Amino acid sequence: MTVAKLTAGTQDSFVSKVLSHHLFRPLAALGVLLLIDFLLIPGFFRLEIKDGHLYGALVDIVNRAAPLMLAAIGMTLVIATRGIDISVGAVVALSGTVASMLIGGTMVIQDGVPVYVAETPMLIAMAAALGAALLCGLWNGALVAGLGLQPIVATLILMVAGRGLAQLLTDGQIVTVYYQPFFFLGSGYLFGLPFALFVVAAVFGVTALLLRHTALGLFIQAVGINPVAARLAGIRTAALIVFVYVFAAACAGMAGLMISSNVKSADANNAGLMLELDAILAVTLGGTSLAGGKFSLAGSIIGALIIQTLTYTIYSLGVPPEINMVVKSVVVFLVCISQSDQFKNLWKRRAA
Amino acid sequence: MIALVHHARRLSKAPSFTSMVTVVLLAAMLLIGGALYEGFLSLQVMLNLLIDNAFLLVIAIGMGFVILSGGIDLSVGAVLALSTMIAAWLLQVAHWPPLAVIAVVLLMGAAFGGGMGAIIHYFRLQPFIVTLAGMFLARGLCYLISIESITIEDPLFVAMSQTQIPFFGGFLSPGALIALGMLAFAVWLAHYSGFGRAVYAVGGNEQSAAMMGLSVGRTKVAVYALSGFCASLAGLLFAFYMLSGYGLHAQGTELDAIAAVVIGGTLLTGGYGYIAGALSGVLVLGTIQTLIAFDGTLSSWWTRIVIGGLLFVFCVVQRVMSFKSK
Repeated sequence: MTVAKLTAGTQDSFVSKVLSHHLFRPLAALGVLLLIDFLLIPGFFRLEIKDGHLYGALVDIVNRAAPLMLAAIGMTLVIATRGIDISVGAVVALSGTVASMLIGGTMVIQDGVPVYVAETPMLIAMAAALGAALLCGLWNGALVAGLGLQPIVATLILMVAGRGLAQLLTDGQIVTVYYQPFFFLGSGYLFGLPFALFVVAAVFGVTALLLRHTALGLFIQAVGINPVAARLAGIRTAALIVFVYVFAAACAGMAGLMISSNVKSADANNAGLMLELDAILAVTLGGTSLAGGKFSLAGSIIGALIIQTLTYTIYSLGVPPEINMVVKSVVVFLVCISQSDQFKNLWKRRAA
Repeated sequence: MIALVHHARRLSKAPSFTSMVTVVLLAAMLLIGGALYEGFLSLQVMLNLLIDNAFLLVIAIGMGFVILSGGIDLSVGAVLALSTMIAAWLLQVAHWPPLAVIAVVLLMGAAFGGGMGAIIHYFRLQPFIVTLAGMFLARGLCYLISIESITIEDPLFVAMSQTQIPFFGGFLSPGALIALGMLAFAVWLAHYSGFGRAVYAVGGNEQSAAMMGLSVGRTKVAVYALSGFCASLAGLLFAFYMLSGYGLHAQGTELDAIAAVVIGGTLLTGGYGYIAGALSGVLVLGTIQTLIAFDGTLSSWWTRIVIGGLLFVFCVVQRVMSFKSK
């Protein structure tokens, strides 16, 4: 290599650093989508303040992506240990159902004004819902770590039975909630921004702190890269695997609360249907490899935003919403193929 | 007596143990049903099990091959729906002759599966994620054709749905006979053909299979093509049964098929099992549904809970078995 080439190399090292950053590709994809929106949808980036709340397409997208972002955060850790959790949707249905049933709401006349009162104190109801989600996670974790079942099969059991349990609780009916304060979680505003965003930010922040500032992140990576070596190195792999499934279920449970609070009801048949697939897609789009090991929490958040932006774009362009699924699937195919070593080799050979 | 205990112990260690458990379970469920409900054990109720679950049996056969090869195919339910949709559209809107429609649908299914198999093999991707994307794609394509359900009025399809073939005093539908024929062919394919041996070898250990000189790539692509073919054949049977094409048909069928294969005694890690197990697995699932229907007070979601529970029990049994054999 000549000197001139070397100096040129240092000059554009910033560019190459940016290009090779693991968040570059997801961010670029999001950027392209936003650019398309900017060009095709008038007033896409317009934000306005009404009644002290921020309104606009961007806020809408981020707000609607909130449950998916939560589920994706949990899914990231599971996938990082080379697992998969396809029971997310069932857990969403279960936790939403438990919360809605416990809260319910009855009309009481107080000082001559009709007021809805919760049947169970809201915090207890939400704790019960999250508790149910935690139990689901514990079950998944026990099957994967304790019995050594393949993650997809272990979580398949809950995916099949979990929704059945939720339907059993509600007798297949949609449970409506009449208690006002519960709606704050899904559609309330804090400091002019949707409250759901603060929840996501809090969960993301706590998870990132846990992974960065404790050895947890390293352990999860170690288990993902080689579970046997990790165990031999003294990591308590079983406990760790149980933890990631419990964590994922807790995230899903919270997403379930958020969804049922947003639609003011719980539908055991349809709540969170296919959410697990979107969460897996978000994680994959964010650059986390399905083969385990390396993962990126921020990438998963961006992945969730990509999915929601794509949905928003498709809807607002007047394209039939049915195309959404076709587009999503083509995106998955392209992303997966571009991640594969075979494809990279093909590319390198072409470039050489 | 000691010989008997010894025999029983050896039996419980045999790899075919879970398959036998399934058959015993099936017999027990049928006997319980017969004891509890009048008319449960009548021939026609048994034959209805086959008629109602013919499509599931065909899908489970394809899934059986995929799981034997160490993979998984999540797209089968969606490919089934897509097949009913394409068949209905070609018949009702494009006015194609029914036989041409059947041929096109079957080819489409095989090509769809084969395509996924090729991506799985050549790009070394996980079958799980590729077939998941295939599931999205197939369901999406359904809605591209039509959001509404399309009713099929073609005489051949109507005849297939209404014909009753006499069978020992009861009757079977042509769909059920096609499913049984497919099962016989699949059993031959799995246990008496070179392809079947290659599938078992690839599922047992892909590297050793490659070193033995088996064409791993061709086998894997063929397995997914076969699964796609089975899914589209199941789609046709479903279209015979429902006389309509609809994008929401058979949601969650992939899970029922996986459950049937596992309950039928095939190891989820691949390499071990019987294709015929698909029949006992499907019959167990069908019997659960029939029991719940006969009871009348139990709601349909009990089906999902019981299937989940059975899946759990069988996975645990498989796991314990594999601990023992090591």
